[in-house]
Amino acid sequence: MSLPLTPFIVLLPLAGAAILLLTGKRWPGSSAGVLASTLVGGSFVLSVITLFGLLGRSGSDRLAVTHLWTWIHVGTLTVSVDFRVDPLSIVMAMTVTGVAALIHVYSIDYMQGDPRFPRFFAYLNLFVFFMLTLVLADNFLLLYLGWEGVGLCSYLLIGFWFERRAAAFAAKKAFIVTRIGDSAFLIGIVFIWLKFHSLSFATVFGRAHGLASGTATIIALLLFAGACGKSAQLPLHVWLPDAMEGPTPVSALIHAATMVTAGVYLVVRTHPIFEASGTALTVVAVVGIVTAIYAGFSAIGQDDIKRLLAYSTISQIGFMMFGAGVRAYAAAIFLLVTHAFFKALLFLGAGSVMHALPGDETDMTSMGGLRAAMPITGATWTIAALAMAGIPPFAGFFSKDQVVAAASGAGRYGLWAAALFGALLTAVYISRATFLTFYGKPRFRGHPHEPAFRMRLALVLLAMGAFAGGALGITATNGILAKFLRPVVGSVAEATHGLSELWLAVVSVVVAMVGIGLAAFVYLGKVDWQALRVRFAGPKRLLQRGFYVNDAYNGLLVAPGQAAAAFLAYVFDARVVDGAVNGLGTLFRAAAGAGRRVQTGLVRNYALGVLAGAVGVLVYLAVRF
Amino acid sequence: MRTPISYFLVVSVLLFTVGTVGVLIRKNALLIFMSVELQLNAVNLALVAFSRQLGNLTGQVLAFFSMVVAAAEVVVGLAIIVSLYRKRRSADVDDASLLRG
Repeated sequence: MSLPLTPFIVLLPLAGAAILLLTGKRWPGSSAGVLASTLVGGSFVLSVITLFGLLGRSGSDRLAVTHLWTWIHVGTLTVSVDFRVDPLSIVMAMTVTGVAALIHVYSIDYMQGDPRFPRFFAYLNLFVFFMLTLVLADNFLLLYLGWEGVGLCSYLLIGFWFERRAAAFAAKKAFIVTRIGDSAFLIGIVFIWLKFHSLSFATVFGRAHGLASGTATIIALLLFAGACGKSAQLPLHVWLPDAMEGPTPVSALIHAATMVTAGVYLVVRTHPIFEASGTALTVVAVVGIVTAIYAGFSAIGQDDIKRLLAYSTISQIGFMMFGAGVRAYAAAIFLLVTHAFFKALLFLGAGSVMHALPGDETDMTSMGGLRAAMPITGATWTIAALAMAGIPPFAGFFSKDQVVAAASGAGRYGLWAAALFGALLTAVYISRATFLTFYGKPRFRGHPHEPAFRMRLALVLLAMGAFAGGALGITATNGILAKFLRPVVGSVAEATHGLSELWLAVVSVVVAMVGIGLAAFVYLGKVDWQALRVRFAGPKRLLQRGFYVNDAYNGLLVAPGQAAAAFLAYVFDARVVDGAVNGLGTLFRAAAGAGRRVQTGLVRNYALGVLAGAVGVLVYLAVRF
Repeated sequence: MRTPISYFLVVSVLLFTVGTVGVLIRKNALLIFMSVELQLNAVNLALVAFSRQLGNLTGQVLAFFSMVVAAAEVVVGLAIIVSLYRKRRSADVDDASLLRG
């Protein structure tokens, strides 16, 4: 039996996007936002109903594929529009729709008065539609359709305020950088088809263990390159910090629900291919942890609250990748879910702060002590920050701890130590952001106030998720989520090495406390951190610029590319190509100018010409014969 | 005794030359037209003369065709000249030089 509501989970946001794109201007006031929120909320409700449909079955039977129609049928290639509901995809669908619905509600007030208000919600709905297509797809091509769709929507939304040059550039950058990964992903899909002659998940994963390890490595790495682009992992992370040019709810949506998590989902979904390779898993783990540490350092150097959150997302996604790389798939998805809650909450909190301060202030050095003026925002932000830092009983503690512990359990102590260090950085940067923004001495201008009701509502609901989400996975092996995901990702490996789970948790908490203490010492204690900034301006700048990776790209790739383009456009095209075309034109003009004199218009001249021609022919004949 | 063919051909050449010179030096469209007719008939004469010399009727048949075509051409040509005259009140071909490049 299939679950009949599955297609409607996807179709509701699409309907919203279609309605609002076609008739957006006819929706008065904020009704467009209400419509969009209702549809995504409806999608969430349908996901929950579908979840209960799944729960009503036994563990191994929790898979329902809804066939809609055959999309492509060429030769031996058959691709259908099939939606797959299994524990993994329904968890993703619920996270996406649940968090997105709250972001929609928040946006109604946040985007109030924007001249393109209905279009904003049309794009948001479209974004959710494509993300749902991505997570519910039952074959690689449909997944790729959703994959490209979220890329398109990120472009539209990051560049939503396209009158601003920076926003337009950031949108293009996001599109182009992720496209590099997408191309690799597409090549990977072609390889999959060449090897398996099928793109459907069931066939491919059923036969994946029979792959030669070299082939599996190539395919897995191509898929992972796609994941790196979409999930902003090294070395394709540079688009994400710039993507902050979009409206803040868009950042929340991209970071929490609809885009960057796609890469983690892809790795977890295609884990049989990665496991057939082995090498690829190590690559995933190493790239993940290097990204996590790199972005952690970069986040510490940020002054812009949104850029700090952007680097923190890169870092957290790095942790998820790391989890997937050490085969802790359930923990990776668990972190994805809890991260969706607390990261959406942090972004929406940042949006509230920006709204409350004059000129949409984002510089944390001009904030401080906002907790008094904005108690709800401050409290919810603090919950999210504690969750992120990994303090029990908040959600992030359980998920982060399980990811970190998985490395120890597998006996890979080097990776484990690196992950702990990443967790320390996480605690430092998020505490720094919290203390700079909401605690300490006020440094802000104007008179901040709490945001409108619907924004507060979204904050509070998300804070509940960030607080209680940990209940989904109290322990790594027997948590609710781990058990539920078992049919898809297999059971969680029992820890065979290292410390016991309890001691690992204690170590994690101690590390988090040390990080928070460090930040508190600098930003709340007697230390004059503003003097430190001046004294260590060089290292600070290194961190703030993200170790100059973006500048290196600009110097090594973008500048030569632009120089080459300028050469082709202004020298080669203007001189050589245009020269050839214009030269040909000039030549014919000159020839015609000379030839036109023959055309006198006088009949008798022509007659003379005829006579001369006739005489010429006669003479020729006479001479010849 | 048969008249030698050279007699006919000399007359034909003379006629053709008169026609050609007429076409080239006359300015009145009607006179040019008549000169063209002279040329045509010079050719007809040559055709008939050759036909008789060779004892082959093909040349004479061709001459008839040529006459018929010439008659049709006269109709069209005169119509053009008449309408040109109506338009411009002149039959001088040098006045009609609109196609000068």
